[in-house]
Amino acid sequence: MDTLTHHATQTAVSVMGLRKTYGEKVVLDGVDLTIAEGEVFALLGPNGAGKTTIVRILSTLIQADAGTATVMGYDLRAEAGAVRRVIGVTGQFSAVDDLLTGDENLLLMGRLLHLPPTVRRARAAELLRRFDLVEVARQTPATYSGGMRRRLDIAMTLMGQPRLIFLDEPTTGLDPRSRQIMWQLIRDQVAAGVTILLTTQYLEEADQLANRIAVLDHGRVVAEGTPEDLKRRMPGAHIRLRFADIASLDKAARELNQGTRDEQNLVLRIPNDGGIRSLRDVLARLGDDVAVEDLSIHTPDLDDVFFAVTSSASKENS
Amino acid sequence: MSALTVAVQDSTTMLWREIKHSIRLLRLLIVSAILVPIVMLLLFDYILGGTIGRGLGDAARGAPYVDYLVAGIIVMTVAGGCGPTAINVTMDMTGGFIDRIRTMAISRGALLAGHVGVSVLRMLVATAAVTGVAFLVGFRPKASVADWFAVVGIVAAFSFALAWLSAAIGLVTKSVAGANGSTLPLSFLLPFLSSTFVPAQSMPAGVRWFAANQPFTAVVDSLRALLTGAPAGTTPYVALAWCAAIALVSYLWAQAAFRRGTR
Repeated sequence: MDTLTHHATQTAVSVMGLRKTYGEKVVLDGVDLTIAEGEVFALLGPNGAGKTTIVRILSTLIQADAGTATVMGYDLRAEAGAVRRVIGVTGQFSAVDDLLTGDENLLLMGRLLHLPPTVRRARAAELLRRFDLVEVARQTPATYSGGMRRRLDIAMTLMGQPRLIFLDEPTTGLDPRSRQIMWQLIRDQVAAGVTILLTTQYLEEADQLANRIAVLDHGRVVAEGTPEDLKRRMPGAHIRLRFADIASLDKAARELNQGTRDEQNLVLRIPNDGGIRSLRDVLARLGDDVAVEDLSIHTPDLDDVFFAVTSSASKENS
Repeated sequence: MSALTVAVQDSTTMLWREIKHSIRLLRLLIVSAILVPIVMLLLFDYILGGTIGRGLGDAARGAPYVDYLVAGIIVMTVAGGCGPTAINVTMDMTGGFIDRIRTMAISRGALLAGHVGVSVLRMLVATAAVTGVAFLVGFRPKASVADWFAVVGIVAAFSFALAWLSAAIGLVTKSVAGANGSTLPLSFLLPFLSSTFVPAQSMPAGVRWFAANQPFTAVVDSLRALLTGAPAGTTPYVALAWCAAIALVSYLWAQAAFRRGTR
């Protein structure tokens, strides 16, 4: 077992030039990724961008056509068995056994992980408690809500205390409350030092959970960085001023001498980083005599980033 | 842990899982695996048995039709277990469960081993139950203790062969409905086109050759000879050879399909 621990590295996942095609369709077109240990890394992208394919390759389910990857220091191709011992995977489709109770599902994982009976019973009881499934532990998942089923799914993944967890769209289809609960459970894992690679279509989810985000489109990473990096890279932060009439709009535009006019809506958009100081500056220059009907501050969110990078990428492709 | 220890441990786990499944689906299984063959037994014995029995002539060896019938009903009971097995395998392969266990460091063959093992168990339990009912309706076998051992051996071998065959069918079908449909020839057509209910020799020329030489007939004839105390000759060996061949081919087919399905 010594060799297992000696493989420990600072890099959880390292991927270079990953390619995968199905027939004519290029699913992954040279993906590079580096994920540090203890990090939450989000793969963000629309359906068909290649997120799930990356997870399936890194979790040893399918082989890439080209490229190299190491997972927790093990070569994905040569040491798939060692990789499987340190990862936990919760796929997009429910992987709970519908004919076993919640408790039995966890114990099944314990048996397959070759845990001694006392250990697997203790872990199962602990996970049922933490995941708020104690009351339904003796029922089959047929009686569960979507959120409970998803929680059981992730609890099963955690039975092996993996050091790296793959979560493929962990909250897709969940109601807002279940999503919040799921986010908290993921944060708890991060606090325990687990590395997480999650895929999501929800920008808010990536923003909430991830240290770093790779935006994926048409099988390529089109942007990568911290959520703040990505937002900063985005032009478009502005103050939006709406006026009562065209005269006020004209006057403001003259006084500020910047911004873009939208005469139809009587709106002036002034580039601005959203800080208090620059906001005060703009208001001071406007003076008291211009009637401003409405003021709002727009900072780019990940949606802006997402649409900016994915649309430019698809332009390149066509 | 050695690879063999892991394989045995994981197969036992999957066996445990499948036994749990069977217990959860007990009512369904009792109907499909035990009640259906019992209804067939009663239908053929009480409703059709009088006429068929008279028509059998020498083949019945002077005994009531039920004594002739039971060997066939046993084979139908075993074959009736094919549907559930194929369905269970398809369900595992098409859901997310197979992906989960494939990302774990467990023995590759354990899942199928569990399915096949419990399939054989179910077939044997159902056969025992149906044979018990046959005794209640007047089945009076003339088998010796050695004959009974041979009967159990042949039934077990036949169950093992059909369990692998249904596992392979379950692996290559994409839907649960498809899995059920694909096993119908096994559980319904082949028994009728064999000596299950009437001797193959009594069938029209077109199907007679097929019925006389197909594996179900070898199994039915050897069980019938052993149970009724008739000279069995080499038929039990032919039956066992068929079982071995079906098991081997199905096993290789299943392995190939499993590899293909999980690439």
